[in-house]
Order: sequence, then C-alpha cells, then structure tokens
Amino acid sequence: MCQVDEDYHEPLQRAEVPSVSKKCVKCKEGTAAVVIRAGDAFCRGCFKEYFIHKFRAVLGKHRVLYPGEKVLLAVSGGPSSCSMLSQVQEGLSQNAHKKLRFLPGIVFIDEGGAVGQSVEDRRRMVAELQAVFKATGFPFHVVPLEQVLDLPSSVVAAAPSPSERAAGAYKVAVGHFIQSDGVGVTLKREESAPADVQESSTHSLQQLIGSAKTLTAREDLLNTLRQHLLVHTARTEGYSKVMLGDNCTRLAVKLLTSISLGRGAQLAQDTGFSDSRYRDIILVRPMRDYSAKEIAYYNRMFCVPSVFIPSLDTKTADKSSIQRLTESFVTRLQADFPSTVSTIYRTSEKLQTCKSSSTADHCDRCLLCMCALDTAVENASAFQATLISEQLSQAKAPAATSAAIPRQNPAPMEPESTAATGQCCSSGGGEDCGKAVGGVGCCSSAKGPESTGLRSLLCYSCQLTIRDMSSVERLPHYILSEAQRRQRRSQMREEISEFLLDEGDEGD
Amino acid sequence: MAAPVAIHLEFGGGAELLFNGVKEHHLTLPSQSEPWDVKQLLVWIQRNLLKERPELFVQGDSVRPGILVLINDADWELMGELDYQLQDQDNVVFISTLHGG
Ligand SMILES: [Zn+2]
Ligand SMILES: [Zn+2]
Repeated sequence: MCQVDEDYHEPLQRAEVPSVSKKCVKCKEGTAAVVIRAGDAFCRGCFKEYFIHKFRAVLGKHRVLYPGEKVLLAVSGGPSSCSMLSQVQEGLSQNAHKKLRFLPGIVFIDEGGAVGQSVEDRRRMVAELQAVFKATGFPFHVVPLEQVLDLPSSVVAAAPSPSERAAGAYKVAVGHFIQSDGVGVTLKREESAPADVQESSTHSLQQLIGSAKTLTAREDLLNTLRQHLLVHTARTEGYSKVMLGDNCTRLAVKLLTSISLGRGAQLAQDTGFSDSRYRDIILVRPMRDYSAKEIAYYNRMFCVPSVFIPSLDTKTADKSSIQRLTESFVTRLQADFPSTVSTIYRTSEKLQTCKSSSTADHCDRCLLCMCALDTAVENASAFQATLISEQLSQAKAPAATSAAIPRQNPAPMEPESTAATGQCCSSGGGEDCGKAVGGVGCCSSAKGPESTGLRSLLCYSCQLTIRDMSSVERLPHYILSEAQRRQRRSQMREEISEFLLDEGDEGD
Repeated sequence: MAAPVAIHLEFGGGAELLFNGVKEHHLTLPSQSEPWDVKQLLVWIQRNLLKERPELFVQGDSVRPGILVLINDADWELMGELDYQLQDQDNVVFISTLHGG
C-alpha cells in the first residue's frame, strides 16, 4: 500500500514516462492490459497484485471474521462469487502473517427448479460446479432450492441472540489462535452430495414462484427464499458468517432497485459490508469493492473457473422487471460516465439506519426480509396515504369481512408504535371506513383475510411483493406457520394490553 | 483491397446464449476494399452469427453497455475500441457482466 502512496508523490517521474496510455500506471514498465478506472491502466502483474491486496484489505478493515471461525461462502457459480472463492483460496495459501485464518466452507443453492431448467441441465451444472468445489479442498454443500419448502419456521423466528462480543474480542481470538498455532482447527472434509429432488417439490416451487404475477416480484421472492435457505444451511452446518459475492456494480444496481421497490429503510443492510439482520448469522460482502469489470478481467486472465447459470431474467428485455431496468440504467450511465457506479456505491457507504436494527425486538421485524419494520410511521407519510386510498377504494365491499380471522389487532408491535392496520381506524379519515365495516375490515384487501393478516407482518416493500402474488397460500409452510404464531401472539398481547404497563407512558 | 482476416471469437458470461450457446467461433472475414475494424466486425456478427435478440448484444454501432470486449487479452479501451483494425489471427472476446447474461 505504501508503494501506491509513493507513486503519487513522484509526479516528475511520471512525466518522464512516454505514452502513459499504453504503459502500466503503477510499475510504468509493463504493457497495460486493463483500464480499471478512467485513465488507470494496469499491467497483468500489477492488476493481480492490486486485486489480491484489495480482498485482504477489505477483510482487514472490517475485522469481522474471527480466526478459526467457520465461514460459509455462498457461491452461485457466477463470476463474482467464484472470484470470491478464488480469493479465499489465495488468502489461505499466503504465508504467515498474511494468511487468512478462518475456516471456509462452500454452499451452492441450485435454483434450476425455479428458473425452469431441465433435470439433465441441472445435473450437468451441479457436476461442473462440484468439480470446481472439490478442487478447493473446502467442505461444500449443494442444496436444491426446493428444500426451502421444508424449512422449519425457526428460520424466520427469533434467532438465538449471539453473545455480544466485546471490542477486544477480536484481539483475544487472534491471541488464542496464535498460541494454539492453528493446530487442531484443521478442516474436516465433508461433502454433501445433492439430495435427490422430487418432481413434486420442483412443481410446488414453480407454483410458488409462478404465483408472483410480475418478474419484479418473482425476483424479489426468489432472493428472499434463497437467503432463508442460505441462513438455514449456515445454522445447521455450524457456520456463523455467510460470505456473499455481491460486487459494487451489483450493489449499485441493488441500491437503486431497493429504492424503487420501497426498501429505503433497509438500504444500509441490503448493501452494506456486514448485515446482521439474522443476528446469529452475519452476512458479509467482501467483494463490494470490486467492479463487475475488474472481476470479469481477473477471472479471464487468471483462469478462475465460473459456470454460467441462467436466472429468471436471462434473455429478458430491459423493461421486464425493475431490477433489469435499473441494471440497464446504471450500465448505460456507466458507459458514458465511468464514475457512476462508484458514486452510487460510495453513497451506500454513508447510509445508516436511524434505529440500530439489530437491537429491534424480533416481532418488529419483517416476516420475509427480516429487516426492522418500516411501517410504523407518522400520519403524513406516503405509506399512510397509500393505505388510506386503498381503504377508500375497498370500503364498499363489506362482504369480505365475514370470514375475517382475528385482525383487529394491530401488527405485532409495541402499543405506542401505531401499526399500519390499527392506525387507519383511529386516525382522521378512518372514521368513515370504520363505520362501514364495523371497525374490523377497513384494511382488508380484496384478496381476503389470509393476505391481509400476513401483510401486517411485513415491511412496506415485502407487502408490495405479496400484493403481486395471486395467492399467499402457496408460500412455504415455515412462513405461514410463523405468521400464525406472530398473529396469535399479538392477539394475546391485545387481550392483556389493559394489564400491561405502557412503556411509552412510563416516562411521563 | 485488404486480404481476408482469420480471427477467433469468444463469447462468455451468458453472451453465448445469443449464439446458440456456442462460445468459440473460428472464422474468416472476407476480403473487402477497406481493412476490417471492430465496428465492421460487430455489423458482420449481427448479420452472420447472432441468432436472436440483437438488442441484447449491440446498441447503436457499439456493444451493449455491460458487455466487455477484450482484444488479444487486453482491454479494448487500450486498443482504440471500435476503430481497432483487425489483424490476421486476432482473438476477440465478448464477456457479458449483466445479471443473467
Ligand atoms: Zn504494472
Ligand atoms: Zn420485508
């Protein structure tokens, strides 16, 4: 790193070098091969050094991976996550003080069933990836996405709170590791062969994904399911961190997509380096300093194997989904203004949630994305306006309320944070709709009670996704049963609310 | 009159899907009055190789943003991009960095 700084202090030397564009800006000798930022052309050797250094630097800066800790690398087969895998290998092969000290494992989620791949194609891709994984010597797990249908509801329920690590814990862990000299923490080699996928579960999965009516909602749903399965795999296999391969181009797209999807409140967690929404399992994104271009070049030059896996948006037009449209917007802008991605990306670094979401009560978390609920907002918000207009347009259909399951209770939040459903009846403008349907069904959507009850447990953005689904009954059992549990809980809370001390009044 | 140019084309990152899934192509560009450059190559690819959805590969007279081009394993930005004059035995690679190819 010091060498890089030195370069900037020697403008004279730089001036001596002729035809800067064809020579490497770093060593000034090698023939340039890659332009990484506008004007910065690196030769092969310097590019490799720069790339490898960056990975170590980002892990060193954040210090979240403890020596001897089991870390699960989520590898999709794509260039970014395969590059991440190769960097971890690289880091483990370094000598002495430069060596990475955590214990990696690999998980691959086979989404072929959701995107309609044939059984043969899926087998071929899994075999190809298994060859890549075997070559690393790391333990690996191949998990078909169909398994998401059989997850226990604990995945989205309150996670066991991890013992809070003190600030000095990292140093202590390093100390222990050095003392033990790393002996005894050798990796147990384990491979889990892909479980046989039953045709019926592939069919159920396809029905679930297909019940989302737009590609935008399908992609969002798939992301949610994938994340649940990753976290579940990490828990059952004893990993405490999951490494995701999102690069900064991807994250810039994700950031703008999240805003468009109404996930403003969750931006920091969706795109930050570490994401603690699952509490006991921390998601980290060590590739977020690399652009898609850097990764593609590195993989090509240094023969990092990756496998092309089709996704829901393969071969679709720009306007097929919000995600796709945002990607096209960002890449086009990037073509003309090369600092687009880095500007968006740096914005994401500055984002913070006002309420530290890791401390939020678990019931205040969205059932699907597990982020803190953003639906407890003041009256004059866009969210309330949307709700009121929805109520008004549906107020004339009281028939739907006859089958109402208990939902007069507000969302499962503390009493003082007036929940989305509760507030509309009590606050101005709600009077009318309250009369019309007996104060119960004012918030019912045309889709029936199941969907309404569920929506009160979701953040704004996940509500939108659910609204785009033809039927919530297709959702996996673990989600529906946890929803019921939360609803029962809040109903009970409602019933005994008279006897509870209102936390909000205590201070008065 | 420029002589025919034999080149090696490669598609990756999902871009190959637009070419019937075929990643590598050895081909000879016919002789023509002017020398072949990358801009003309893109036109030729569209007419002779591209199987479907040209808008997913080209935009205007260049490649679609998000598709990287390497000429003889170097960034095409260093080689003059569209104006680069193809030589016999050149290797041109197109890699899509877009999600899902
Ligand atoms: Zn160099
Ligand atoms: Zn959510």
